[in-house]
Amino acid sequence: MTETINGAGNGKGAAAELPVLTRKDFVSDQEVRWCPGCGDYSILAQTQKVMPDFGYPKENIVFISGIGCSGRLPYYMNTYGFHTIHGRAPAIATGLKAARPDLMVWVITGDGDALSIGGNHLIHSLRRNVDVRIVMFNNRIYGLTKGQASPTSELGKITKSSPYGTVDFPVSPLAIALAAEATFIARSVDTFTEHMQQTLNAAGHHRGAAFVEVLQNCNIFNDGAHREFTDREVREDRTLMLEHGKPMIFGKDRDKGLRLNGHLPEVVTIGQNGVTEADLLVHDETDALISFMLSHIYWPEFPVPVGVIRRIARPTHDQMLNDQLAQATAARGAGDLKKLLNAGETWTVE
Amino acid sequence: MTTEAPPRHEQPSEKQLERVTIRFAGDSGDGMQLTGTQFTRTAAAFGNDISTLPDFPAEIRAPAGSLPGVSGFQLSFSSTEIYTPGDAPDVLVAMNPAALKANLGELPAGGALIVNEDAFTAQNLQKVSYAANPLTDGSLKQWNVFAVPISTLNSRALEGLGLTNKQVDLTKNFFALGLMFWLYERDMAGTTKWIDDKFSKRPEIAEANKRALKAGYNFGETTEIFHERYIVPPAKLSPGHYRNITGNEATALGFVAASKLAGRDLFYGSYPITPASDILHQLAGYKNFGVKTFQAEDEIAAIGAAIGASYGGAMGMTASSGPGIALKSEALGLAIMVELPLVVVDVQRAGPSTGMPTKNEQADLLQVLYGRNSDSPVPVVAPATPAECFTLAVEAWRLALKYMTPVVYLSDAFLATGAEPWRIPDFEDLPSIAVANRTEREGFWPYLRDEATLARPWAVPGTPGLEHRIGGLEKADISGNVSYDPDNHHRMQLLRQAKIAGIANDIPPLDVFGPAEGDLLVLGWGSTYGAIRSAVERLQGKGASIAHAHMRYLNPFPANTGDVLKAYKRVLIPEVNLGQLSMLIRARYLIDAVGYNRVRGKPFRIAELEAEAERVLAGGGNLAQRVEVRMAAPRPAAAAVADPPATGDGG
Repeated sequence: MTETINGAGNGKGAAAELPVLTRKDFVSDQEVRWCPGCGDYSILAQTQKVMPDFGYPKENIVFISGIGCSGRLPYYMNTYGFHTIHGRAPAIATGLKAARPDLMVWVITGDGDALSIGGNHLIHSLRRNVDVRIVMFNNRIYGLTKGQASPTSELGKITKSSPYGTVDFPVSPLAIALAAEATFIARSVDTFTEHMQQTLNAAGHHRGAAFVEVLQNCNIFNDGAHREFTDREVREDRTLMLEHGKPMIFGKDRDKGLRLNGHLPEVVTIGQNGVTEADLLVHDETDALISFMLSHIYWPEFPVPVGVIRRIARPTHDQMLNDQLAQATAARGAGDLKKLLNAGETWTVE
Repeated sequence: MTTEAPPRHEQPSEKQLERVTIRFAGDSGDGMQLTGTQFTRTAAAFGNDISTLPDFPAEIRAPAGSLPGVSGFQLSFSSTEIYTPGDAPDVLVAMNPAALKANLGELPAGGALIVNEDAFTAQNLQKVSYAANPLTDGSLKQWNVFAVPISTLNSRALEGLGLTNKQVDLTKNFFALGLMFWLYERDMAGTTKWIDDKFSKRPEIAEANKRALKAGYNFGETTEIFHERYIVPPAKLSPGHYRNITGNEATALGFVAASKLAGRDLFYGSYPITPASDILHQLAGYKNFGVKTFQAEDEIAAIGAAIGASYGGAMGMTASSGPGIALKSEALGLAIMVELPLVVVDVQRAGPSTGMPTKNEQADLLQVLYGRNSDSPVPVVAPATPAECFTLAVEAWRLALKYMTPVVYLSDAFLATGAEPWRIPDFEDLPSIAVANRTEREGFWPYLRDEATLARPWAVPGTPGLEHRIGGLEKADISGNVSYDPDNHHRMQLLRQAKIAGIANDIPPLDVFGPAEGDLLVLGWGSTYGAIRSAVERLQGKGASIAHAHMRYLNPFPANTGDVLKAYKRVLIPEVNLGQLSMLIRARYLIDAVGYNRVRGKPFRIAELEAEAERVLAGGGNLAQRVEVRMAAPRPAAAAVADPPATGDGG
């Protein structure tokens, strides 16, 4: 590989000499311009809060976004940032990460950006295990264009673009991520601030493609999008907080759980019909079948799983790409341009 | 060597020729591209000037023996400098009736026709609607026909090797090649070595091919059907060290050289598309040069990843052909807005939509100049010859890095697959194109421009203290913050335009071949160079007041372009499109240029341009091209004869 002048960053290696950073170090001088009451404020705050946890100097962190309300987030982060075009952020992040493995790269996207116009790039960045953290804000609506149905909008949803209701079935973002072979898949909620911090923290520490769906409220065009199971009074009974190696228990009284009946999940109550904690499914982030089940169950039939659904170790795209370069150089020596230009049959004219 | 040819009694006479054009034609599976390439290498290494035109169908293997399955390779080799693969072949080698039928129309009367008579079976004749065998019905009287039982002779030569009939049949192209080597007194050592290298793990196949090659050569030696052999002496090219190179090869090497010259890693994002894919294949092998290749999920991801790599400080680039360039347009606009260096290669092919993917055209000029939303200027460079692809690949990167801008590099199918001798440059003679990243914190603003070039600073992630945000939203001048200010937008549009327009002062002036003023200037761009140059040379030889200028820079135009154009009474602009450069020249310089526009998927012939130039010299103006609107489909048989299908490749 040739010597490059591609910037000086050396990633986490420099962490020991760094001053301790705080949330404030990651707040840019730009005025935040989301609608008052938007769930994006919380996501921004939690993102800024967890940034010091990773040990990267802030100049080695890059936020890349597409188009939509979520796309504005990089402007508010005092790191390097690139607000790109609709749906293409994962592609741009793939090239950046390939060129600069030393950087920590985050992709900020929305349900329209990631699953509609950019669906192809999402799938392929995940299947390649590009070492980026993709945070998808899911408000089940197009907000920036003022309220049209999105790929996650429920069937029959009435919007400006669908006055008679949509005739499109929604997709499950987590199921797409799983089908695309993502090595880290998680879900959190804009109002679950601590949970979101834990989830973003886990994504930040993962090596490889990390996909995080954040259920987010759009109080202007889709207010209460997730209210039925995220409101303070009901959330404990209607969401399932996942913990690796722990039984799947939920409920205000910690008395409900998930178990398998044959190959299908069912909700049971501990202490009823002889059910004990030992009967419940134990979460295993590496078990593909459990990941499949968790990415397909949803309210109202089931509690909505939140937390890390899948986490496995695989070599990353940039690592394998750069290993190939290193191996080729070791085997054939650093490229000699003169030799290359003079390769094959040559002749001299006097 | 076992053939039935009796020993020769008389030695053939030798005749010296200045230039010979051969066309090899056969079935897609007959290996005609390989045969042509081997003859080309041999002629080039011998010191002839060469120019080639591979012509193959998009179908990988059309039905054997059918017209759509015909693959051809034309090469011209000469003892003088040549610029085109020849208007028409002097010699046609036809391996079957389909190859004969598809190509015979272009062989001038008196031309030599070497055919594999074994392939002229009733079945093969019927496949291409020959009612009678043309080898025996007297219909080929106007040509010099050499009917050789190539298949039979070849399979006898390979007896005892234990190969299947199919394996034996696959080597018959080398028999034909050997015969041509004998006819033109060529050394077979280069091809023999190539066979040994290629089949080093399958010695029996290597042996078979070598035997076939020798058998063809010896057949020429012993048979008495050829009374003459031909010598084409080496050409007097400018002194230097040479190799034979195609446009796509030169393009790939140019980008690797640019990476070395700039001291930055090359990142090449691409989605497979004819005729650009070979650049990806070649660059994928240069990993020890720090070249990172990325076969993306689609055209948009390919350019997106390239932009990401450039954002990180690498040399991000992408390549495609017209349809893919259309898909990349929005991302190219982003690169213009964020002012990052990027090179986008468009290897043009014929037609709108999918068109004719393996055929030539130069009709993407307006697309790359204007095929984006808003005013979004990019520099456009276009090599004129396969060898020049190297130079302009380096030049594209020089401009991209110096001016912090995407640059479009316009090649085409003819340049990409055509070959010519290339004088290998010394690395020391190549320009330095390195630029530095911004690291100084003091006075840093993302859109504070360099006074001379108007380039903005390249501050890459990882640089402490320069954290900033860029994006596709309009930028405030200097600060780079998002801005909706009306005056700022107008100012930024003018600045982006001025930056690209200013490049006119940093590129070579448009030079002229021929008198500095006169009756007619023939102005071209891209791969029409050879045909225009040859036509102009011929007319100069006849005493016409005519000159040739060829544009390598389509945006901005060289600063002296207007002065050059105005020094001639008339300007003729031949293009393989319906008048794109003509429109630009007419609009910009208010000159009543005459266009010559033919889009047949093929390069121009010298003769047609010579005739057109003579017509304009005699006072002819723009001719309206009328098309007869037909109300019924022509009969299939007639169509096949009138419009011979493309010829294609073998393995």
